[in-house]
Amino acid sequence: MAASCDSLLLILLLCLSAQAVDRSNFKTCDQSTFCKRQRELKPGQSPYRALLDTLELSDSRITLQLINDNNKVRLLLELYRLQGNMTRVKINELKPLKPRYEVPDVLISDPLTEPLSVVSQDENSLVLCLGGKERRLIVSAQPFRLDIVEGPQVLMSLNSRGLLAFEHLRARKDTISHKISSTVGSMWDSLKSIFSSKSESEEMTGQESVEKQSDEDGQIKEEEDKPGMWEETFKSHSDSKPNGPSSISLDFSLPGVEHVYGIPEHADTLKLKNTDGSDPYRLYNLDVFQYELHNPMALYGAVPVLISHSTERTMGIFWLNAAETWVDISSNTAGKTLFGKMLDFVQVSSEAPQTDVRWISESGIIDVFIMLGPKPTDVFTQYASLTGTQSFPPLSTLAYHQCRWNYNDQEDVKAVDQGFDEHDIPYDFIWLDIEHADGKRYFTWDPIKFPQPKDMLQGLMDKKRKLVAIVDPHIRVDSGYKIHNEISSQSFYVKNKDGGDYEGWCWPGNSGYPDFTNPQMRAWWASMFAYDQYEGSMENQYVWNDMNEPSVFNGPEVTMHKDALHGVWEHRDVHNLYGLYVQKATADGLIQRSGGVERPFVLTRAFFAGSQRYGAVWTGDNAAEWGHLKMSIPMCLSLGLVGISFCGADVGGFFKHPSTELLVRWYQAGAYQPFFRAHAHIDTPRREPWLFGPENTGLIREAVRQRYALLPYWYQLFYNAHHTGQPVMRPLWVEYPGDVATFSIEDEYLIGKDLLVHPVTDEGATGVTAFLPGKGEVWYDVHTFQKHDGDQSLYIPVTMSSIPVFQRGGSIICRKDRVRRSSSCMENDPYSLYVALSSQGSAEGELYIDDFHTFNFETSKQFVHRHLSFSANMLSSRNLSPDSQFSTGSWIEKIVIVGGGQPSSVTLRDADGTESTLEFEFDSTHAVLTLRKPAVNAAADWTVLLR
Amino acid sequence: MTCIHLLLTLVFAVSLGTPVEIKRPRGVPLTKKPFYEENKPFTCLDGSRTIPFDRVNDDYCDCKDGSDEPGTAACPNGSFHCTNAGYRPTFIPSSRINDGICDCCDTTDEYNSGARCENTCKELGRREREVLQKMAEVTKEGFLLKQQLIEEAKKGHQEKQVKVTDMQENKKQLEEKVEALRTVKETAEQPEKEAKERHLKAWDEQKAAVRLEKDKAKMSEAFLELDDNADGFVSVSELQSHAEMDPDADGTFTEAEAQGLLGGTEQVDTTTFESVWTNIKEKYHSESQSEEPAPVETPPEEVKEPVVDNEPYPEEDVSEEEDEDDDEEDDYNEEDKAPPTVRTPEKSQEDEEAMPPYDADTQVLINVAQKTRDDFEEAEKALREMDDQIRNIEKELSFDFGPNAEFTYLYNQCYELPTSEYIYRLCPFNRVSQKPKYGGSETNLGSWGSWSGPENNKYLTMKYEHGTGCWQGPNRSTTVKLTCGKETVVTSTSEPSRCEYQMEFTTPAVCQEPTNIDLSPHGHEEL
Repeated sequence: MAASCDSLLLILLLCLSAQAVDRSNFKTCDQSTFCKRQRELKPGQSPYRALLDTLELSDSRITLQLINDNNKVRLLLELYRLQGNMTRVKINELKPLKPRYEVPDVLISDPLTEPLSVVSQDENSLVLCLGGKERRLIVSAQPFRLDIVEGPQVLMSLNSRGLLAFEHLRARKDTISHKISSTVGSMWDSLKSIFSSKSESEEMTGQESVEKQSDEDGQIKEEEDKPGMWEETFKSHSDSKPNGPSSISLDFSLPGVEHVYGIPEHADTLKLKNTDGSDPYRLYNLDVFQYELHNPMALYGAVPVLISHSTERTMGIFWLNAAETWVDISSNTAGKTLFGKMLDFVQVSSEAPQTDVRWISESGIIDVFIMLGPKPTDVFTQYASLTGTQSFPPLSTLAYHQCRWNYNDQEDVKAVDQGFDEHDIPYDFIWLDIEHADGKRYFTWDPIKFPQPKDMLQGLMDKKRKLVAIVDPHIRVDSGYKIHNEISSQSFYVKNKDGGDYEGWCWPGNSGYPDFTNPQMRAWWASMFAYDQYEGSMENQYVWNDMNEPSVFNGPEVTMHKDALHGVWEHRDVHNLYGLYVQKATADGLIQRSGGVERPFVLTRAFFAGSQRYGAVWTGDNAAEWGHLKMSIPMCLSLGLVGISFCGADVGGFFKHPSTELLVRWYQAGAYQPFFRAHAHIDTPRREPWLFGPENTGLIREAVRQRYALLPYWYQLFYNAHHTGQPVMRPLWVEYPGDVATFSIEDEYLIGKDLLVHPVTDEGATGVTAFLPGKGEVWYDVHTFQKHDGDQSLYIPVTMSSIPVFQRGGSIICRKDRVRRSSSCMENDPYSLYVALSSQGSAEGELYIDDFHTFNFETSKQFVHRHLSFSANMLSSRNLSPDSQFSTGSWIEKIVIVGGGQPSSVTLRDADGTESTLEFEFDSTHAVLTLRKPAVNAAADWTVLLR
Repeated sequence: MTCIHLLLTLVFAVSLGTPVEIKRPRGVPLTKKPFYEENKPFTCLDGSRTIPFDRVNDDYCDCKDGSDEPGTAACPNGSFHCTNAGYRPTFIPSSRINDGICDCCDTTDEYNSGARCENTCKELGRREREVLQKMAEVTKEGFLLKQQLIEEAKKGHQEKQVKVTDMQENKKQLEEKVEALRTVKETAEQPEKEAKERHLKAWDEQKAAVRLEKDKAKMSEAFLELDDNADGFVSVSELQSHAEMDPDADGTFTEAEAQGLLGGTEQVDTTTFESVWTNIKEKYHSESQSEEPAPVETPPEEVKEPVVDNEPYPEEDVSEEEDEDDDEEDDYNEEDKAPPTVRTPEKSQEDEEAMPPYDADTQVLINVAQKTRDDFEEAEKALREMDDQIRNIEKELSFDFGPNAEFTYLYNQCYELPTSEYIYRLCPFNRVSQKPKYGGSETNLGSWGSWSGPENNKYLTMKYEHGTGCWQGPNRSTTVKLTCGKETVVTSTSEPSRCEYQMEFTTPAVCQEPTNIDLSPHGHEEL
C-alpha cells in the first residue's frame, strides 16, 4: 500500500534527486584511480622487452618472458593458437607476490589448441605460424609488440602503441625498511641534483633493490606510490586495497578498421564511439537508477568482447577479465603504429584508417582471445566455441510476458489473467516482482496477498500459462528466515574485509549476499528450487534474478565494496562475474527440480561473457520515453553480437508513464525483439493493454498476435543460435558485410537473416525511411506482400497500425497463423509457409519442431528439422537431421508463394509418391499464390510442383 | 490432426422439458442455422464467396469473415457457439476450440484436443440461479429500502426547504433586530462617549497639576543640594561639582559652561534657579539617588515590547488541518507552529497613578451603553449562526443525491472497513481516508469529486479526488463502485495502481426495480 513506509524509505534513500541518473554516484575514469593512472600513460616507447632467449615451445603454446626495463619486473607471455582461427595471448607476472585472479567458469572448456611453429627468428623477432594462408604471429622483442598478419596484411597489432602496463603486486611500503630506504632515497635525490653523474647511477643499478625505476638518464629512484594505490575513497566509501595496485592494460591496433561494436552494456549507439576527450566505455556491473542515454557509463552487465568490422574482415577481441574494466577507442591512421619488422611484411598506406582500442582492468591478468574471423559468422562461431551458445529457451518464453511491479495479490493476478482472455490478447507469462514475497524474503510468499500460491499457479496452468517470481540474491538478515540461517550457518555469505559476513542495504533492509563464486554455495542455492524446498512453487513457475550486479543501496556506486572477500579473492577480482553465477545457480536449480528434464527459464539483469548459456537478459530500468524505445534496438543488437541473443527491453518503459502512442509503438517494436515483456514501476498507473480504449487495445492485440504467428520462426532461430552461436537479432552489416551503408544502421535490424524490421520509434511519425539492403535482392512487405528492390532507402508511410517488416526474397518462413491465448495452446496447430521468391525465383528456409520445453531434443534427438526449398517451380521439404526423430501433430495448412507467376495446376507428392492436386488462388496485384490445404504432416517429406 | 471433420453434431436443446433434436454444423447457433444448409453450396455470411458445403468446418479458412469454420479454429476471426444446455449459451473465439482448455460448460469446444472436460452446465445453471435468486431477493428488499430512502429524502428535502424558508424569514427578522439594536447602541454610546471624554480630560488636568507640583518640589530639593554652602545661591563652582550636567558631555565641565547654564551669572537664587532648572533637570542626578539604577524611561526598550505584541501571529495555527500527512513538509510546519518567543505579560510600569474610577453618573451611562452593545452583539451572532445554518442546508440541498435523492441518507455519514493494515473510511459526499490500524496519522485518499459512472448511469460510481500527494506520484484518489445491497457497507478496498484506490460499496440506493426475473433453466433462447 502507498503509505507503507519501509519501502518508501528505501526508495528515498536510493533516489533522492529523482529525475535522471545522479552521475555523481558513479565514478569517472579520473575517480577510479587505476583508470586515471593508466590513462595518464601516453603512447610511446614501451618499457617492455621480450626476452627471446627464454622462449619455450610446446605443442600447444609458446611461452617467453617479458621484462619491464624500468623496474626489472618480469612477466610471462603465453601464446596459443586455438582451433577455429583464434589466438590466445596471456600475460601474467612471472613470479607474482601472490596468485593473480584468472577468471574461471566462463570458458566452456579448455580451448582446443593447434600446433604453433616458429617460422623464423632473429635477434629481435620471432615469427610464428598461425596456419591458414600465410597467417603469422610476429613477436618483436624491443619494444615488445605482437602483430598478426595474413599475407601482406596486418590484421591486428598488440602493444603497438606501447600501452602494455602491468602493475606488479608489491609489498606495502609503510614498513620500517621502506622508511629507511625512502629516507635514503630522498637524500639520494638531493645528492643527485648536485652531482649528476652517470657512473654513480650505474653503480646503483648493480644493487638491484626491490623496486627501482630508471628514468631516461639512467638514474634510478624508487618507484613512487601514486595516490590511490593503497587506498581509495569515493564519496563516503573507502576501499582498503590491501593488495595495492594491480591494474593491467594493453592496446590493440586494427588497421583498416573504422567500425567497432560490442562491449555491452551501454545505453549508446551500436557503433562504438571514439572516446578521445571523454570517458572510456566502462564495464562494471552497476545498478544505475534512471540511466542516461548516449553515455559510456557502466550499466548492469558487462561482456568484454569487442567486434571489429570492415568490408574486408570481421574480428573479435575477448578480454577475459572480470574486474572493473575501461575501454578506450580512438581513431588513428595505420602508418603511425607500423614500423621496423612490419615494413618487411606489409605495404599499408600510412593514410589507411585504423582503430586503436585499449583495455584497462583493475586486477587479474591479461588473457585475450583474438578471433580472426574473417566473416561475421566465423567470429560468432569462434566466440561460441569459447563461451558457449545461447541456451535454448522453452518456446513459451519467446511469447509475450506481462509484468508489473507489482501484481498486488492472487485476485489481481486472476483478474489480469481474465483480462487477457476477455480482450482476446494472447500471453504466456505473468510476473511477480518483489512484493510477492513475505517481507522480501525470497522463496516465500506474502501470507496475506498470496496465501495459496499453488491455487494461483494451478489456475494459470489450467489455461496453459505460466508465472515468473523474482528471486534476488540479497538475503534478508533475519534469524527467522530459513534461507538466511542456512547460508549463515554454512558460511556461504560473502565476507567483509575483516572476515565477518558482509552486510548491505537492499530491498529487505539489512541483507547478506551469498557467495555465488563458491560452487558449494551454488549447489545449495540450486537445491532450494526443489519443489519441497521452495514451498508453493510448481512446474509452471520460473525465476527472475534482479539486483545481481550485486546492488547494494549503501555500497560504493550502489554495489559491493571491492575489498569484500569471496574466499581468498577480493570482490574486486570477481565483480563482473557475480551476476553470471547467480543466474547459473538459479538455472541449475530449475533444471534439477525437474530431474534434468525441463529447460529452465531465468531472466537476469547483470551478466558477463557466457551468460547466454543460462537464460535471458533485459536492459534494466529504462524509462517511458521515445529515446529509450529507440535505444532498445542498439542495446539488444550489441548483446546479440557478443552471444547474448535472448534480450529485450521493458515494453512501455519501466519508469514514468508512457503516452498511449508510445505504449502502442513499444508493443509493436517489442513484438519483434527476442524477449518480449511489458513491465512498469510500482508508482506508475496501471497499463494492461486494454486500459487505453478499444482502438489501442486492438492495436496492441494485433502486435502481440503477429508475435505469436511468428513463434515458429523465432523458435527455429533460437535453435539455430543454440546450435551454432549465430545471433537471433542482427545488425544489417552482419548479413551484408560488404555494404558500408549498413555499418552504422541501428534503427532497423534483421531477425535471423530473413526478416527486416524497422519499428516506428518517433512520436507522431507518418512515415519511416527503411534501408533495404542487397543489390539484386528483393524484399516483400509481410503485411501487403508488396515487392521492393534491395539496395535502396525506402520511404514507408505509416499509420498507428503499421509495423514495417519485410521478408527477404529467397526465404521461406513458417508461421502458425492460428493465434491462441497462449503458445502452449498452439502446440499442435498447423503451419503456414510463406515463400518469398528471390529475383531468381528461388527460396529456402527451415522448420524446427520439438516438444518445445524439454531437453529431449538434446538428450535423445527428439526433434524435427526440415529444410524447405523452392526452385524451378518445385517446393520441397527435406529432412536436415535424419538421425533425429519426433512425431508432431502439426501439419501444413497453407503455402503462400509470393513473387512468382500463376500456375495452371499444382500437384502435391507425398512421401510415398502419391500425387494429389492442390487448389490454389492467385492474387495478381502482388503475385501472391496461395495453395490450399496441402495437409501433409510437418515432419514428412513432400514436394509441391507448380505447372 | 487433419481429420476433424465431424461436420454435424447433435444438439439437445431443452425446451419446455421436451428434448428436440436439431441438426446443424458444429459451432453454429440456431439462429444462423438457415444459412448452413446441408448439401447446398455455402455462401460466406459476408457474401464474399460461395464454396461447396463440404468445405464448411473442414479446418481450412475459406471465408474472410470466418463463417465457413464455425466449429474449427481455422479462421482467426471466427466464433464458436456453445449451446450450454442448462446454463447460458455463449460464443467463444474460434481460437479456443480444441486448445486443451475447457471453455464451454457443455464441453463442445474441446472435441479433439484430448482435454478431459466435464459438463458443468447443470451445476453452473443451478449456481447461477441461486445467485440470481439471492440477487433478486436482495434487489427486491433493496428496492423497497430504496423507496423508503426516497420517501425520507423527499420528506427531508421538503422539511429542509421549509426550514430554510422559515429560517430566511427568521433571518430577516433577525436582521431587523440587529439594525434596531445597532441604533439603540449608537444612541446609548454617544452620551457615554462624552461622559468618558469629560472624565478623561479632568483627569489629564489633574495629572498636569500634580506633575507641576512634583517638579517644583524636585527643583527645591535640587537647589538645596546644589547649594553646598547653603548660602541660598547656587554658584558656578557648586554647579561644576555635578559633572553629569556638562552640556557638551566632553568630560570637562568648564566654568564657562556652568556659567552658561546659570544664564551668564556667577550665581543664582531660588527664584532665578527656576529658569536654570528647566535647562538642567534632564541631566541632573540627585546625589542621594546616584547609586540606584536609573529608573527613568528608556525609550529604546519601550519600543521593543509592543512590537512583539503586535506581531501578527501565524495564521496557520488557527486552521487546523485534520488530514495531516507524514510528509517532510510537516517538519517545516512544525517549526512555524512553535510559538516564536515566550511572551510574558509585561505592562510598562506607569509612574502615574491609575485613572480614578468614573463618577457614578458616567458609570451609569457606561453600563447602559454596555448593555446595548451586548444585546447588539448577541443578535449579530445569532444572525451569523442563522446564516451558517442556512448555508449548510442550502449546500446539502445543492448536492446531486441521485435522480430521486436516494443517496441523501449517506450525507453526513461515514462507513469504515478495517483490513489487515488499515482502517478505510468512506464519508460519502465528503472524503475517503485511510488510517493505519496500529498508530500513525490518517491519509486523505480524496475529497468528493463527482459522480463518474458510465453514461447510462453515472450514479454507479463516485470519484474522490485531490487526496494527499504521493511521493513522485499523483495526488491520491478513490473510485467508489456502488452495487445494490440491503446494507450500506464498504465491502472491499484495493489499490490497483499506486495511490489510485478502489472501493466497493453496497447500498440499497442503487437497487433497480426488480423486473420479473425468469428463473427457469436457460436454453429457451435456442428456440
